Amino acid sequence: MNLTLKVWRQQNPSDKGGFKEYKLSGISADMSFLEMLDVLNEDLSEKGEDPVHFDHDCREGICGMCSLYINGQPHGPTQTTTCQLHMRSFKDGDTITIEPWRANAFPIVKDLVVDRGSFDRIIQSGGYVSVNTGGVPDANEIPIPKIIADEAFDSATCIGCGACVAACKNASAMLFVSAKVSQLALLPQGKVEKRERAEKMVAQMDEEGFGACTNTGACSAECPKEIDLSNIARMNREYFAASLSTEKS
Amino acid sequence: MKLDSKIPNGPLAEKWTNHKFNVKLVNPANKRKYNIIVVGTGLAGASAAASLAELGYNVQAFCFQDSPRRAHSIAAQGGINAAKNYQNDGDSVFRLFYDTIKGGDYRSREANVYRLAQVSVNIIDQCVAQGVPFAREYGGLLANRSFGGAQVSRTFYARGQTGQQLLLGAYSALSRQVANGKVKLYPRTEMMDVVTIDGKAKGIVTRNLITGAVESHSGDAVLLCTGGYGNVFFLSTNAMGSNVTAAWRAHKKGAYFSNPCYTQIHPTCIPVSGDHQSKLTLMSESLRNDGRVWVPKTVEMAEKLRKKEIAPKDIKDEDRDYYLETKYPSFGNLVPRDVASRNAKYVCDDGRGVNETGEAVFLDFRDAILRDGEDAVRGKYGNLFDMYEKITGENPYKTPMKIYPAVHYTMGGLWVDYNLMTNVSGLYALGEANFSDHGANRLGASALMQGLADGYFVIPYTIGDYLAKHPNEKISVDHPEFKKCEEEVKAKIQNLLSINGSKTVDHFHKKLGKIMWNYCGMARNAAGLTKAKEMIKELKKEFWADVKVLGTGEELNLSLEKAHRVADFLELGELMVVDALHREESCGGHFREEHQTPEGEALRDDEKFAYVAAWEYAGDGKEEILNKEDLVFENVKLTQRSYK
Amino acid sequence: MSWVSKTLNSTLGKKLLMALTGLFLILFLVVHLAGNLQLIFPDEGKSFNIYAETMATNPLIRVVSILNFGFILLHAVYAVILTRHNKKSRPIGYAVSKASENSTWSSRSMGILGTLIFIFLLVHLRGFWYELKFGEVPMVTYDGVSYKDSFAIVSAAYQNILYVIFYVVSMGVLAFHLSHGFASAFQTLGINHTKYTPFIKKLGLAFAIIVPALFALIPIVMFIQGS
Ligand SMILES: Cc1cc2nc3c(=O)[nH]c(=O)nc-3n(C[C@H](O)[C@H](O)[C@H](O)COP(=O)(O)OP(=O)(O)OC[C@H]3O[C@@H](n4cnc5c(N)ncnc54)[C@H](O)[C@@H]3O)c2cc1C
Ligand code: HEM
Ligand code: SF4
Ligand code: FES
Repeated sequence: MNLTLKVWRQQNPSDKGGFKEYKLSGISADMSFLEMLDVLNEDLSEKGEDPVHFDHDCREGICGMCSLYINGQPHGPTQTTTCQLHMRSFKDGDTITIEPWRANAFPIVKDLVVDRGSFDRIIQSGGYVSVNTGGVPDANEIPIPKIIADEAFDSATCIGCGACVAACKNASAMLFVSAKVSQLALLPQGKVEKRERAEKMVAQMDEEGFGACTNTGACSAECPKEIDLSNIARMNREYFAASLSTEKS
Repeated sequence: MKLDSKIPNGPLAEKWTNHKFNVKLVNPANKRKYNIIVVGTGLAGASAAASLAELGYNVQAFCFQDSPRRAHSIAAQGGINAAKNYQNDGDSVFRLFYDTIKGGDYRSREANVYRLAQVSVNIIDQCVAQGVPFAREYGGLLANRSFGGAQVSRTFYARGQTGQQLLLGAYSALSRQVANGKVKLYPRTEMMDVVTIDGKAKGIVTRNLITGAVESHSGDAVLLCTGGYGNVFFLSTNAMGSNVTAAWRAHKKGAYFSNPCYTQIHPTCIPVSGDHQSKLTLMSESLRNDGRVWVPKTVEMAEKLRKKEIAPKDIKDEDRDYYLETKYPSFGNLVPRDVASRNAKYVCDDGRGVNETGEAVFLDFRDAILRDGEDAVRGKYGNLFDMYEKITGENPYKTPMKIYPAVHYTMGGLWVDYNLMTNVSGLYALGEANFSDHGANRLGASALMQGLADGYFVIPYTIGDYLAKHPNEKISVDHPEFKKCEEEVKAKIQNLLSINGSKTVDHFHKKLGKIMWNYCGMARNAAGLTKAKEMIKELKKEFWADVKVLGTGEELNLSLEKAHRVADFLELGELMVVDALHREESCGGHFREEHQTPEGEALRDDEKFAYVAAWEYAGDGKEEILNKEDLVFENVKLTQRSYK
Repeated sequence: MSWVSKTLNSTLGKKLLMALTGLFLILFLVVHLAGNLQLIFPDEGKSFNIYAETMATNPLIRVVSILNFGFILLHAVYAVILTRHNKKSRPIGYAVSKASENSTWSSRSMGILGTLIFIFLLVHLRGFWYELKFGEVPMVTYDGVSYKDSFAIVSAAYQNILYVIFYVVSMGVLAFHLSHGFASAFQTLGINHTKYTPFIKKLGLAFAIIVPALFALIPIVMFIQGS
């Protein structure tokens, strides 16, 4: 198929940036979206033009490294990661607009590459169970009801891609943060610190400059791992309960 | 040089306990004086960095991705082994040890493997305590499944995302230490070289991938946890960024590279669909528990399939060749990976491949769906089926999956002793980056186990022994060795940028991949390998004369990053071929066509080749020197593997 | 910082205030509607006038109504704070956006909808509350007691077709605000459950349609009655 691409090009964080148009031909429907960009980059390189920079690694939909806002939607028209999006989702002659994730807390590095370090800092603020290596009880010591374990797993599948932030009109990170808060609040191992965790992670989220939640649900609708909005409700509960109950202010 | 594997004395079962007692300890107050550099934040790196920081060491952790959470370990699907014997089906530390040694075709060290089996049980405890949501039974206890050739159910799993959950656990422990100020993270930073001073590893030189700055970091020990080198084949199930650069540069600084030719080809991957393909996707091996592998009995029928004149379901049972089940009645579809892969190659070479390229076999769930119902099958494999459908556009509930082998894992790697130290003092290698525990073939669900064993439970003990014996001396990054190394790195970057040839980096990578796959892949022979060696030499020359790397060194520059990696792959590729050529036997993932049993099974030569090949870099353009570490088996009897 | 101000200054705390004030306003709407429906009782405004008088004099009601003003203001102030914060969180927008694929229009337009409601409220208060409290209101007598003839003020106002249209349109705006706001408030409070959430959503939608519709009915009926 033949395509027209409108790609955001930006040399570096301080550059103003703008769209550039490219024509591509001979794209097969079996290609993944990133393979289509590989073709573009090979073309550009051969012509001596700087290839389009974009993030990717596993290309299996699990590392969360790929991003891209494609034709008005994060990860494009299907509810998967960009690396799992295939060209069969497009038609011959389509124009595809590709933009980076846009959020105050995700500054642009180059072209379509953004810095998602804010997510790491949120996890650092409390997204863990405080146990050291060794000296832990036997794995079967605490039985966990299967439904609880499964629910925790559903929350734990978040890949940290940031599509939720990209989709949200407020660039809010609530879905990402709540997925981790939920996973750990559900499991007995994580319950011990659930209150402090919610408080710290929310504080860090705010400090990073993400927006607030209007409950539009755009995040969950675009999340490639289908993280549910109930996670956000659970985090709200945990947070309010924490505010009312934790001893330190 | 004589290789000293430092295997402790005493009976197998007590070696590790004794060793832990005998190693020197670093006084808690002194730990904070030591700086440890950990390159890589996969299972091995993240677990090591977190555990060492918890002990009180200062850690600097590096990865090339934008976050430690994205290391390639994230992609592991199937599960992680542990000798818990929760299922009461006869598992034990000794059985896991035995299976691993046997599965590795008797090319690994007994002592290391036994230790691995011992600490496997602690790993599961640790992960559960971190909040890793492993699969559970209705009673609330942990669930297990049998995996890749094992006859006991010892694999713990988290749906098809075990690696992700384990890595996120290790990443959370790492993050906690970052918050504690004990770990400093350097994401989007690529290690370019190791710096040795007086024969000891004292730091690394890195390139900041965003700014291009070449910088030095000094430390008292350097841990390479940089993963495997499967991407030498261009197409593999590894992530796009997986590379050999860190290990290779260490190799060029004196660390021996062991058994590079041992590569694992995974039998259940989605077949190649065209030239544009950038990577191959693994379908978890657990699928073989319920899926049945087959091709049509006749070439004619296969041709009709390829032309889409008939559909798979039109082929009657008596016209299907369930070749694994007939050939290996007791293991059936669960034979080890190398056996399954090679047999797929044979039936396809025979002209019975089932897709357009003729390189695919069926993995059929029809019978499982009839037996257990579609819901049960969906419960077990739902996400894998969805992934398959997304990639291929075909629905595996309705029509059998098509699979073909693909490069998946590299057993070879930096040579390490029992303490995981390379032959360079103070330089360690953990996880897939070392050669240690899997011999010539890795069992399913054992890499995750090894990575975490190395990081959580081995290195925290063994590194203390080295540090205690080497009082820490702060070495400034202004030391001439660091400066020299920085200059070399900068010169190399400049060199790559200045060639300004006519072919892209990918062009060379693809070419190298083809050579490796054709001559150093599932089956190898002397003629092919000799030819490949010459071809790689040529290609390397061409690369340095005609590669085109755009942009500058002072910015995010993907083609420059790739160029470095491909340059190292070219050198590694040659060594792999040399290693494969010298090993005149077949074992595990290394199958030499000249050496097979009448039934076409791998034929080992224990007399001549029961050793670890440890290659020593001899200088640019010189043949590498072979060192041997003899493998001594005191607790298992070497037998011809048989899965009949 | 005290824990109260810390909590209320977080994005979650601000949202908590939005939700609580929003829910209070929803309750208020019900009470207000119950009273207003008396406008269309066929009794020439008697029951409405008595009701209005009670509302204006009963001390408890007065406290509630002051609270109500406070909450409207609080809701509006926090709406502004949040909306500005949210705008700042994405300084540069997208060139192409297909937000309709992932969310409802009303959920994305709460700020505009709220502002329109606010304008409506100003007009509404100026027209009735202010008139009744500080303006010249004719008196009527029922059973020997004299009341302000609030009904006369209202029915006079509803003879202006423009005024009626403004009213009806504003109720439409309120409907959209509530179609998202009702269920959203529960989510903000952390009330989300596979069993109850679908019900809350349906109830919210029903509320968002019925209540504004009944409000809108009043001026329409009175306009028709008057002409
Ligand atoms: C698709 C797939 C499925 C698998 N499934 C299973 C399974 O079910 N069970 C199982 O046991 N095993 C499985 N494996 C194997 C297993 O996942 C890997 O062997 C293991 O995770 C490797 O871990 P690691 O920590 O050694 O390296 P990795 O996870 O690969 O981490 C490497 C790290 O090194 C960093 N790095 C590399 N080079 C540099 C450099 N030059 N400078 C700086 N940083 C660098 C990277 O950023 C990364 O952080 C699977 C592998 C694949 C590919
Ligand atoms: C009768 C009047 C009103 C009612 C019943 C009402 C009700 C609600 C409710 C229930 C919510 C949902 C709260 C949540 O998501 O937790 C809400 C949100 C909102 N309201 Fe109102 N509201 C009214 C008037 C106003 C006014 C006057 C304004 C503005 C000036 C306003 C602006 C907003 C905004 C911006 C939001 C969304 C806040 C966010 O989530 O970002 N509302 N309203
Ligand atoms: S919640 Fe979903 S969209 Fe957001 S980071 Fe996680 S996986 Fe990505
Ligand atoms: S590249 Fe890893 S999720 Fe897309």
